[in-house]
Amino acid sequence: MVRRRKFCKFCAEKIDYIDFKDTKILSQFVPERARILPRRISGVCATHQRKLARAIKRARHLALLPYVAD
Amino acid sequence: MRRYEVVFVLAPTLTEDEVETLTEGFVKTAKDKGAEVVEVDKWGKRRLAFRVGKHHEGYYVVVTLEEESATAVTEMERRFKVTDAVIRFLTVRTDLDLKRAEKFRERREAKRKKRPAQAPAEASEQRMEMEELGAAEPVLEKGEEE
Repeated sequence: MVRRRKFCKFCAEKIDYIDFKDTKILSQFVPERARILPRRISGVCATHQRKLARAIKRARHLALLPYVAD
Repeated sequence: MRRYEVVFVLAPTLTEDEVETLTEGFVKTAKDKGAEVVEVDKWGKRRLAFRVGKHHEGYYVVVTLEEESATAVTEMERRFKVTDAVIRFLTVRTDLDLKRAEKFRERREAKRKKRPAQAPAEASEQRMEMEELGAAEPVLEKGEEE
């Protein structure tokens, strides 16, 4: 299988500020298990992964995203 | 001026009117403490990702405000704690992050202006590359996950 080159979605779409209220974007990085998708799989760059993780954690506190799969 | 985003979730057992009055009250508290309220965004009733207390739904309200120090924000948080109808709340200071984001954007802009001749060709090349990648969702290679 040919492995596609990964790229950071946030760099590509020029998103500098990851909003914790934007569930649409965040949920793409929270698969069914409800764990934060590691960047080894998603290809997100380190800077954005850090911001993304923080945003997801904030969203979880407000019950916008799940902590655990139900 | 510091910018804060105050989000709170109200119990779904309230009526629309009660939600309205409570929100007004909180906004008034902020104003009385000298904050400048930039925006009040009511999302309405929304499903929670998990159960909070006995609730499965909640009314989400996002208040964006600006002030010199966190006096209004602390007072609002104190009120959230004593109000049973508030099931969750979160305050985030956003001015620094937004400023950083703005800086990145400007830097990108400056970079593009620096090389006006090259830029269009480069851009289309990049787009082609993206298409080749099939506008791939980042969630690829499931096998790797296990």
